[in-house]
Parts: sequence; structure tokens; C-alpha cells
Amino acid sequence: MGWVWERTKSIAWYTEIFFHYGSQYLKSKMTYRADFIINVFSDFFLQSMNLIFILVLFDHIPVLKGWSREEMMFIYGFFLIPFGFYSGFFNHLFDVPEKYVIQGELDRVLVRPMNSLFQVIVETMRLELVFGVFVGLAVMVYAAEKMNLTWSWWDIPLGMMLATGATFIYGGVYTLLASLGFWFEGRMGLMPLVYNISNYGRYPADIYKGVVRFILTWILPFAFTGFYPATVLMKREEYYYFGLLTPVVGLVFWAFSYFVWTQGIKRYRGTGS
Amino acid sequence: MLAYRATYLTGIFNYTIQIGAYFFLWQAVYENQGRLGGMAQEEMLTYVIIAWVARSFYFNTLDRTLSDEIREGQIATELIRPYSYQWAKMARSLGEGLFRLLFFTIPGAVFIYFLHPFGGPAGWTVGVLFAISLMGSFLINSQINLLVGYLAFFTLSTSGILRAKRVVVDLLSGLLMPISFYPLWAREIIEYLPFQAITYLPNMIYLGKLEGLKAIKALALQGFWFVVLLMMSYFIWRLAVRKLTIQGG
Repeated sequence: MGWVWERTKSIAWYTEIFFHYGSQYLKSKMTYRADFIINVFSDFFLQSMNLIFILVLFDHIPVLKGWSREEMMFIYGFFLIPFGFYSGFFNHLFDVPEKYVIQGELDRVLVRPMNSLFQVIVETMRLELVFGVFVGLAVMVYAAEKMNLTWSWWDIPLGMMLATGATFIYGGVYTLLASLGFWFEGRMGLMPLVYNISNYGRYPADIYKGVVRFILTWILPFAFTGFYPATVLMKREEYYYFGLLTPVVGLVFWAFSYFVWTQGIKRYRGTGS
Repeated sequence: MLAYRATYLTGIFNYTIQIGAYFFLWQAVYENQGRLGGMAQEEMLTYVIIAWVARSFYFNTLDRTLSDEIREGQIATELIRPYSYQWAKMARSLGEGLFRLLFFTIPGAVFIYFLHPFGGPAGWTVGVLFAISLMGSFLINSQINLLVGYLAFFTLSTSGILRAKRVVVDLLSGLLMPISFYPLWAREIIEYLPFQAITYLPNMIYLGKLEGLKAIKALALQGFWFVVLLMMSYFIWRLAVRKLTIQGG
């Protein structure tokens, strides 16, 4: 019981700190209000572009590998949820190798009595980009209506679990990439590479063949950030086996990446000045 | 660039991955389909590959460089130098572009050719016309980047604008899909915009869909847009420099 109590207290404390960071972030953003609004808008614009792409495609074809227009939209809508959280919280982990390791910003982080990864995430977050989550939800609801999907109450907790798992995959991949900065100095350009691979997750995984599909499922499991979990919510039973694995894959990937991060922190020696 | 060899290699992979995303998608789209938007499957795959490979040549970050220099005030030092700021920037990115053409675009194309052999241009004339149109892509894309970069003179917030611009260019240039796929009303609008001259027209020349006089006309259209954009950017530059304030210094 003591352990549970300690955990609860610590979660409450971290939540409080998170809100402090959040409110500071919003205050600093409100100084450049136009920037803030334009950022949200341009993000929305980018998501619309991908939707337009799907819509225009389906002007020419009835189905894509057996997937209808609404199903494609639903998959994309689901994908936008973990993607929104990623854009808000994990995208700027790419600052870690340069800013935190080489320039030694981690010195400051490590002297504080708080989880180092948590601090780096809240220091680099872009809260306004979480807005994309709502766009994703809207697209999902619209597509579900269009294809007469029947919802039951347990779809909501299920959907939340799947979305959380998918978000953990994103978080895990980017934490792992950031951790590489502890071993390899200098830029490797891996971040844009992985970003582009992540975009594969928003289309049905059965359009990919052989090794590409294997990588998307088991190595960089981005097929679990959009397609697989979305099929569960669409009641496509042939993918239940994969779809329901989403939270497991998320947790395993996150745990592994977090372990690599802690090992990296142990290696960190500061800049020496 | 060669100082960061790992970045360089991942760069080539990066293009391959981006091409791959659309490659697989189009393959699935063409399943049980004949011609779509006036293109057969193999033509479409070649279109995607050429579009991205060409992009590796004409792509530059002039917009970001400019807006950074304006915002951080470095532009003041640039202004006292005895050269034309815009032309110096253009020349610089042309140099980078040519370097990338040799060390990035061509090796990248060869690498992708091994993964999926794609059709070459239909004959020498087509090849030459395509090469000229690539130069046109570069000039127009650079001018658009300059114009967007200048926005930093008028607003402090540019990162969102730069992203929005990229979306517009990707969508309307025909990088994501050939303009012929868009509904008629959209095509009519796009025809009056400069963006299609960046990707769609050169690719149509490459695929032999714009031949002879039509190809020359496409090149002339590129020239037209370059001149129009050049005049616009010159005008905005004059206007902006007059009202420019550098803080501190």
C-alpha cells in the first residue's frame, strides 16, 4: 500500500509540474499570438492536404485494395491522434543530441530532482500542435457516420487504449532516436528519415509488401500507429489479432526506449565547462 | 555537405523512403485499373520517381535562410555589401543545387533505378527539353522561396507560414499527384498559378506528354512565371528595405 501511495503522490506532483510548464508555455506563446495561430492553422492545413489527397484519389477509384474512401479517412483520422500527441510532445526530442548533449543543457536538467526525460519533454513541447488530435477525432466521427458504423460504449475505452498505445509507440521511437545522441555525436539526419517512415502508418498496411511491411510491423512499428488499431474500431475482424496488440507493442517499445535513455544518461559526462 | 557523410547517405535514403510511400500507394491504386488521369501505371510510377528526384535538385531553403537573416538582423551586414542581395542568394543556391545534382540527385536516381527500373526520357530532344525545364523549376521555386522569405520583413512569425507554403507547393505543383487528377474546377484555377511549372510541366515533358510545340510552350510559360515572380520580389524588396528597422546593433 505504501508503494501505491508514493506512486499516486508522485504522479500528482508531476501532473502539477506539467501544468506549471504548460501555463508558462502558453504565456510565452501569447506574446507572439499571430505565430501561435498561424502554427495551428498551418498544421491544420497540412492535415487537410492529406485528406484532399485521399478525396481526389477516390474520385478515380471505387476502392483501394478493398478499402473504401470512408475507411481510408477513418484510418487517417485515427492516425492523427497519436500524431497530434507526437507533434505536441515528442517531435522536438530531436533537439536532444545537439542542444542537450553537445551544448550541455542536460547539466541543468540533471541537477533537478525530477525525471530527466520528463523535463526534456516538457521543455521542448509544442502544446498547440496537440490540436491535431481534435481534427483526427472529427475526421473519425465523420467517416464512421458515413459508413454507418455502430458504436457501443466500450468502443470509447477501447479507442482510448489503442490511441494511448499508438502514442507510446511514437514516444518510444523518438526517445530512442534522442538517446542515440548519447553515443553518436553530430547529426545523422535520422529524424527526418524516421518521420517519413512514420507517414507509412496512415495507409492500409496491406499495400506494402515483404520487407517494408515487416519493418512497419516489427522494427519501426508505425503500422500500429494508424492502420492496425483503426481496423479494430472499424470492426474488421481479420486484423483484430494485430490491432489489439497495439497497447502491448506501445508499452514494450516505450519500456525499451526508456531503458536506452537511462543508459544514455549514465554515459553523459557534461561539457566540462 | 561531404563533411557530414552520414547525413548525406541518410539523405538519399530519405528520398527513397518518400518515393516509396507514394510508390506503394499508387501501385495499390492502380490495381484493377487501366488509365487514371490520363496515365498508365508505369507512367504514374515514373512520374512519382522523377518528381521527387527532380525535387532533390531544385529544392532549397532560401525561404528559411532569408527569414532568419531578416529576423536576426544579419541582413544589415548583407545590405552594406556591394552586391545584389537576391542575386547573391540565388547564385548561392544554384551552386548548392548543382552540387546536389552531381552528388545527390544522380546517385539517388541510380540507386532508385536499381530498386525499380523506370523509363528514361523518350529520346535526346525530350531529355534536353526536360533538363531546361528543370532549370525553370529551380528558378521559379527559388523566386517563390524568396517571396515567402521576405514576409519576415512584415511579420515576426514565419515558421508557420513556411510550413503552409510547403503544403501549397506540394499540392499545387503536382508533386503529390499529377494535376490531371484534380477536378476540372481545380485544374482551371491551378492553370493560372505558377506552381504547376515546378513539377507538373517538367514531368509531362519527361513522359513525352508535352511534345514539340507544346513542350516549348511549357518552357515559355516557365519563363513567363519567372519574370513575373522576379518583378514581384524586386518590388517587395524595394518596399521592404525602405521600411526596414534593425533593432539594436
